[in-house]
Amino acid sequence: MTNGHDTHSHIVPVKVYLLVYVTLLVLLVATVGAAYLPGHHTLLNNVIALTIAVVKAVLVMLYFMHVRYSTRLTWLWASAGFFWLVIMFILTLGDYFTRHWVPVLGWE
Amino acid sequence: MSVAVAKPGEVKHNYLNAGDTVLSWLLTTDHKRIAVLYLVSVTLFFAVGGLLALLIRLELLTPQGDLMTSENYNRVFTMHGVVMIFLFLIPAIPAVLGNFLVPLMVGARDLAFPRLNLASWYVYMAGGLIATWAMVNGGVDTGWTFYPPYSSSYSTSQVTLTIIGAFLIGFSSIFTGINFIVTIHKMRAPGLTWFRLPLFIWAHYATSVIIVLGTPVVAITLLLVAVERVFRLGIFDPALGGDPILFQHLFWFYSHPAVYIMILPAMGVISEVVACFSRKRVFGYHFVAFSSVAIAVIGFLVWGHHMFTTGQSVYAGMVFSLLSFLVAVPSAVKVFNWTATMYKGHIEFRAPMLYVMGFLGLFVIGGLTGLFLASLATDIHLQDTYFVVAHFHYIMVGGTIFGYLAGLHFWWPKMTGRMYPEGIAKLAALIIFAGFNLTFLPQFVLGYLGMPRRYHWYPEEWQMLHVMSSAGAALLGIGYILPIFYLLWSLRNGAIAGPNPWGATGLEWKTDSPPITHNFEETPIVTEEPYAYENHHHQEEVASGTGASAAEG
Ligand code: HEM
Ligand SMILES: [Cu+2]
Repeated sequence: MTNGHDTHSHIVPVKVYLLVYVTLLVLLVATVGAAYLPGHHTLLNNVIALTIAVVKAVLVMLYFMHVRYSTRLTWLWASAGFFWLVIMFILTLGDYFTRHWVPVLGWE
Repeated sequence: MSVAVAKPGEVKHNYLNAGDTVLSWLLTTDHKRIAVLYLVSVTLFFAVGGLLALLIRLELLTPQGDLMTSENYNRVFTMHGVVMIFLFLIPAIPAVLGNFLVPLMVGARDLAFPRLNLASWYVYMAGGLIATWAMVNGGVDTGWTFYPPYSSSYSTSQVTLTIIGAFLIGFSSIFTGINFIVTIHKMRAPGLTWFRLPLFIWAHYATSVIIVLGTPVVAITLLLVAVERVFRLGIFDPALGGDPILFQHLFWFYSHPAVYIMILPAMGVISEVVACFSRKRVFGYHFVAFSSVAIAVIGFLVWGHHMFTTGQSVYAGMVFSLLSFLVAVPSAVKVFNWTATMYKGHIEFRAPMLYVMGFLGLFVIGGLTGLFLASLATDIHLQDTYFVVAHFHYIMVGGTIFGYLAGLHFWWPKMTGRMYPEGIAKLAALIIFAGFNLTFLPQFVLGYLGMPRRYHWYPEEWQMLHVMSSAGAALLGIGYILPIFYLLWSLRNGAIAGPNPWGATGLEWKTDSPPITHNFEETPIVTEEPYAYENHHHQEEVASGTGASAAEG
């Protein structure tokens, strides 16, 4: 096994950074464009906007934050962050979606 | 391990005399010096928080709100909470004892990122000063929980500034957490496998996990409140299309785990001290280690127990109630294991051990009353009463502060090279224990009888209990002031400690007191399990030997 430092000193060509940057800008334009789609596609709009946001976040993490070139341990930590986000969403929505299950006198 | 012995009369090099200009302290990257910077700062903020607490207890001596206006009373208890939680309890053990000890305990020269460590102190100070500035320029009156819509629409106090302060302090703990995680993963001495690590390290690892995963959420949440206040953007305020319960979810997603940020490091201290002064290995080492990790994980699944009566769905309440009962299990595992560690041990009632005993009893009361609160039906009666106030003070004062004081006394000889005076230290521990119970035991009764928290008017029949509580607070105050004096006194006059005054195991005791800047003359190699007290009966001789020389000195 080589030592962990090799992975840290991985040099990313500037070209890759530029490419990612341009992709991010294109996605930004796409988000704004999607908001101007004719008609009332609120749901569709949200789905498109959130999908693009996720793609952008992943790009930033993988390239700008170097996760792609890092150790397994870093991967584990990065995924833990997302896993915890999921916990937050599930338990919070667990409240919102079940408000009507057991009615309480005095609460609407 | 070789410990270089100084010739008589020669002053040895150590981290304290490595430079004595102010700049040598302000620009240091030595984890031990940064720990000292933190020690001074958290002590100052503790004094501020303590004075605010005395004001609260003074006001509550009488049933009428006669000392201050209701608006000012709101400010005083809010600032007491903000200062104690964000500026004292959260950083106290990790940033002072953890900073000092994590590298020593893993046999490293420093933390992984020394400059990040220094940055953490500066960010902490910036946050602390902003919060202080907010306090003297109008104060805050929302309660430490910053619930909207008080904090967003109604409060005219310095909410935004205080929030910026809390935001910064959050980043200082993130910096510390990252540093600990990387150090513990990457910088352990040869032979120091995960299951040879002191439990103090396991506790700090678990704490760091919570800090890194939880703090960003509260930082963003508080920022959203500020954004709503400043730009009138509807996030939490229903009048603007927001949802106030969402704030509570996001806030407690961090702030329940934050209570474990406060207690887990104290639990780490208890494991070290209890083993040393029982002269035994910690009973069920693996269980104690994994219970820290279990607390870190399950602690994230229980936050809804703060919202049983605030509009959360009944179904979610049931789930959170069940999960809250689960989190008590790993806490209980620890208490049972510490007790079993003492069983048939050679217990020495040194000052740190007195704090440990206090911790055990008070933490059990605090934890068990948590279960009363985690039960849906009883909580409807108890929510927002003094019962809750008593519950969390039993854990945070009786637990965290007792753990902090235990650790401060236990490692004081290591940090300063001097022994503190044992007799008066024991006296202080007893005064604190008595004062603490007199202050907070009556509050359980008050809460059960229906005294709401955060009010300064109350019916006359409760005055007796409030007077007891205030008298206890005065006693507690005396108990806290004593250590400041005798610890400072010991810096010049205390007996020379020597490398290992307690005959303790662990790498930090194998180097000089105070340690040299690079901690160890040569990298230590670990060949045995932690807490091998039973393998080393000669260490007791070491202990009594140093004790004798301490008496001469
Ligand atoms: C045995 C595990 C514990 C359980 C089951 C538990 C349960 C609870 C519950 C249900 C509440 C909400 C009460 C209410 O507002 O009606 C509460 C409040 C609180 N607990 Fe605990 N708790 C536990 C441990 C801890 C620990 C270890 C700490 C601190 C180190 C702590 C600190 C607090 C604080 C600060 C509050 C009040 C927050 C506020 O509203 O200002 N608890 N606890
Ligand atoms: Cu909680």
